[in-house]
Amino acid sequence: MNPMRLAILASALLTSLVGGVQAQTALRIGIAEDPDILDPSIGRTYVGRIVFSAFCDKLFDIDEKLNIVPQLALSHETSADGKEMTIKLRPNVKFHDGEPLDAEAAKFSIERHMTLPTSFRKSELASVDHVEVVDPLTIKLVLKTPYSPLIAQLTDRSGMMVSPKAAKEAGDKFGLHPICAGPYKFVERVQQDRMVFEKFADYWNKDNIHIDRVVFLPIVDATVRLANLKSGGLDLIERVLATDIKDVRADSRLVLSTAPELGYYGLTVNIGNDKAKGPLSQSAKVRQALDLSIDREALNQVVFNGEFTPGNQWVSPTHPYYQKAFPVRGRDIAKAKALLKEAGVASPVSVDYMIPKGAENEAVAQVIQSMAAEAGFDIKIRAVEFATTFKQAQAGEFQIFQINWSGRIDPDGNSYIFMRSKAPQNDGGYANPEADKLMEDGRLTANVDERKAIYAKLTKIVLDDLPIIYIYHRTLLIAHTTKLQGYRQMPDGLVRVVGLKFK
Amino acid sequence: MTEAALSATPTTQAYELDSPARRARRRLFKRKAAVFGLVVITAFILLAALAPLVVPYDPIATSWSLVRKPPTAAHWFGTDELGRDILSRVVYGARASLLAGLISVAIALGVGVPLGLLAGYRGGFVDALISRITDAMLACPFLILAIALAAFLGPSLGNAMIAIGISATPIFIRLTRGQVLVVKAEDYVEAARALGNPPWRIAFSHILPNILPALLVQATLSIAAAIIAEAALSFLGLGQQPPAPSWGSMLNAAQRFLTQAPWMAIWPGLAIFLVVLSLNLLGDGLRDALDPRQR
Amino acid sequence: MLNFLARRIVQIVPTLFFVSVLIFSLQQLLPGDPALVMAGEERDPAVIEQIRQQYRLDQPIPVQYVYWLKGVLSGNFGESLRNKMPVRELIAQKLPVTLQLGSMAMLIALLIGIPAGIVSAVKKGTAWDYGANLFALWGISTPNFWLGIMLIFLFSIELGWLPASGYVPLTENWRASLAATIMPAFVLGNAISAVLMRHTRSAMLQVLESDYVRTARAKGLSERSVILKHAMRNALTPIITLGALELGTLLSGAVLTEQIFSIPGFGKLIVDAVFNRDYAVVQGVVLVTATVYITLNLVADVAYVLVNPRLRG
Repeated sequence: MNPMRLAILASALLTSLVGGVQAQTALRIGIAEDPDILDPSIGRTYVGRIVFSAFCDKLFDIDEKLNIVPQLALSHETSADGKEMTIKLRPNVKFHDGEPLDAEAAKFSIERHMTLPTSFRKSELASVDHVEVVDPLTIKLVLKTPYSPLIAQLTDRSGMMVSPKAAKEAGDKFGLHPICAGPYKFVERVQQDRMVFEKFADYWNKDNIHIDRVVFLPIVDATVRLANLKSGGLDLIERVLATDIKDVRADSRLVLSTAPELGYYGLTVNIGNDKAKGPLSQSAKVRQALDLSIDREALNQVVFNGEFTPGNQWVSPTHPYYQKAFPVRGRDIAKAKALLKEAGVASPVSVDYMIPKGAENEAVAQVIQSMAAEAGFDIKIRAVEFATTFKQAQAGEFQIFQINWSGRIDPDGNSYIFMRSKAPQNDGGYANPEADKLMEDGRLTANVDERKAIYAKLTKIVLDDLPIIYIYHRTLLIAHTTKLQGYRQMPDGLVRVVGLKFK
Repeated sequence: MTEAALSATPTTQAYELDSPARRARRRLFKRKAAVFGLVVITAFILLAALAPLVVPYDPIATSWSLVRKPPTAAHWFGTDELGRDILSRVVYGARASLLAGLISVAIALGVGVPLGLLAGYRGGFVDALISRITDAMLACPFLILAIALAAFLGPSLGNAMIAIGISATPIFIRLTRGQVLVVKAEDYVEAARALGNPPWRIAFSHILPNILPALLVQATLSIAAAIIAEAALSFLGLGQQPPAPSWGSMLNAAQRFLTQAPWMAIWPGLAIFLVVLSLNLLGDGLRDALDPRQR
Repeated sequence: MLNFLARRIVQIVPTLFFVSVLIFSLQQLLPGDPALVMAGEERDPAVIEQIRQQYRLDQPIPVQYVYWLKGVLSGNFGESLRNKMPVRELIAQKLPVTLQLGSMAMLIALLIGIPAGIVSAVKKGTAWDYGANLFALWGISTPNFWLGIMLIFLFSIELGWLPASGYVPLTENWRASLAATIMPAFVLGNAISAVLMRHTRSAMLQVLESDYVRTARAKGLSERSVILKHAMRNALTPIITLGALELGTLLSGAVLTEQIFSIPGFGKLIVDAVFNRDYAVVQGVVLVTATVYITLNLVADVAYVLVNPRLRG
């Protein structure tokens, strides 16, 4: 047989092989970044949380309306003094390696989050003093002080359960081959290329799993991600660009799901750490002037085709904790100029404005720059590599730091660490004893009305002091093909694979 | 891309005594392609220099009602994601690109030529040290070196120029050193040495003039490569800072709107292509014109 | 000859040493704290301190260097700060991808560059010659990231013929694999084909004027056989060595091309590692790249000397 013939035969053979696996059994999800390590204790990226939800169940989950619902737990109860939380576990749950999820395993997982040297969950669980096993399916978290956001923490990475056997063996390398109790189990990962998971036969909710495999593909460029979805190379993508929404809606083979994000996009003002002692750090009036110079709706129209939500608080206007008594104010250049005059600063006010580099950040910054110029601000944009921003932010080398926070389920997760004096992410060095007290009080009670009243007072102070000028809240945009059915959009933006099926 | 242009090393040696410069100029002007290159470069330099006078709009003036509009009679190249006139931005972008090309190559020449002279003329340990460091720098991918340097210096156009300049230096060291080794053995250098001239004077007044043509050709080609490198760094966000335009950062912004506003990507790309093409044509022409073997 | 070879091999050692020092010091100069970058949104000071200790980021730079060098000499390149994978494993994962991309690019470059160079030399001064020269100029003047964007726009977005990004291993599905790599391979090969074309042209022109080609012509051999049998064989030898050198160019060109097409190879690995300040990865990848480049250089040099005995010194 000559080589040419051989080649033809071989290619025919290969073609038939390829043709054989046509029936779709894998869900391909396009994500915007390559996640970091897949260990719930060490993981710290938003995109990592999307991947976790396919293979790592948590004690609790949230529903569409942000209510907390049981997942691996069945129920929870907090003692009257708020210092003990008893959690009943779901019976007959197995980890991917066949180990049972019992009270001992749950205690181990939570303690691992609290004690692993490089665990980023430590601060989330800082209120927990120790964990007790009550009976084989019940654990008790004993707290140092009452801490109402704790239950919300357990709906995220801190509530993820890992197999004690596998975790003990692997130590801090557990994330290279994670073993949890989720619907899919880890198969392989090729860095920057893909993460493959397959159906877990002993999953506690296996009747609702209809797809054999889930593959996550990191594709950084949003245009390319969408092109791949359209061409059938992907079934679902996250973070569609707001400017591409029209395109998606016009395509009859695509479905768009949206939800307002839990986080915010804002300008952190350097109040306490500004070595240059610029006017912004010295006078709340100057900050208010800057706030009034920004036309949030116009910015939303220009950069995001009007698809996002203008905002002025650390939760979006649709959030249960949004303070309706303090709505978003419109633009008022005359008043902004008057405030600058009152503050007695010379116009133009020069501002060192730091942003993490990236086309979208730069677009927002340039719009704000040109709006603020009309009120008398001379904004100098400094687009800094992502790797450098946090270092410079901590060192106080900025006057404004434009940053997005991905958001947490409990409003405390959007406010305390950024505004409590001396908190780790309070880069602007804001310190107001009154505000500090209110933020502490908010953590002590779990009563929604009481908390709302506390946060109303806090909102008033923050809107006067403006340590952070909140600009808008993104809309989480997820697109998938019509072939994929059963998709439900959750407010945290993470993709739940349970219940999905192909038509 | 960059390496392709950078590694094209010319060979120039002996010289006729009667006005070689004039002869070279005559030869250069006989080549239509080189003349084309020269004309285009001159045009871009003029545009860049006179930018405020020739552009129809302020390149950073935003217009909320004109976001991402296709080319029209009022905006020949269309508008960008903030309603700015792309034609004006391309013209202003020429400033960033040409300046980046010129300054970074000037840095590379300023550092590379003396080191090359030193290595070639002194020989021995100095030569070995300089040569090994040059080898080491050439062995690292050019762009990685430039990215790391630009990140170290902090993102700005000036720092991008320095980063590119340093990354392009080893080529000039190697070229100069090689040329020196050839010229060093020539009779007139021997004669100058016999007359008791100090080494630095021999290097600068006897050797340098004779290797200038080779350096000139390499410099032209390196400017082309540096312009591409500046665009690449700005594309990665390590060059020109917003809102000032640069062709690379314009391409970066354009990438998100490829489906809805392809014109945002076409014009800055074409501008880079045209300038780099012209520089390459000019460099080729210079090489042929300065090479005495070509008649 | 042996002498020459020995000298060149001995030179590699100090060169690699300088490469390692260069990369090590360069990244120590990079602003930003790797531990902070790693923490990202979750900035817990105690944990960040822990990471610094674990990866010896709190030690003086020369100490860090010695630790790293010790590891490398025993085959341990350290582990990625971001995802704890051993760097050696990461390199093993990425190398085949870039090799496939590189070989395809080289094939494209050879298939375009050499015929174009021969035609333009043989038909010197005709429209063919000008056409080939124009093509070569286009090749070296187009920024490859722009070409990449334009190709994605045309073939993926407008026409929908090719996937815009991603990678499929050859062994998994060869057709999908070729479809995913053809555009980036063309972008990379395009520039090299231009360089190859120019060198082929000048080598051919030189050979065509040489005595033995004249003799062959005088013997009455057909022009076709003179070119294909006599001239080409002699002109191609230096081109092959040049090809080896251009492989180094490929590695460098892959840096941006892989970024644009989301190809998970060496280029993407290193750019992401630089931006994430993943020191161990940057060090390992650059060291491997530099070693490959230096080895190729050596091979090319030796081959060149073998072909031109006059140069043996």
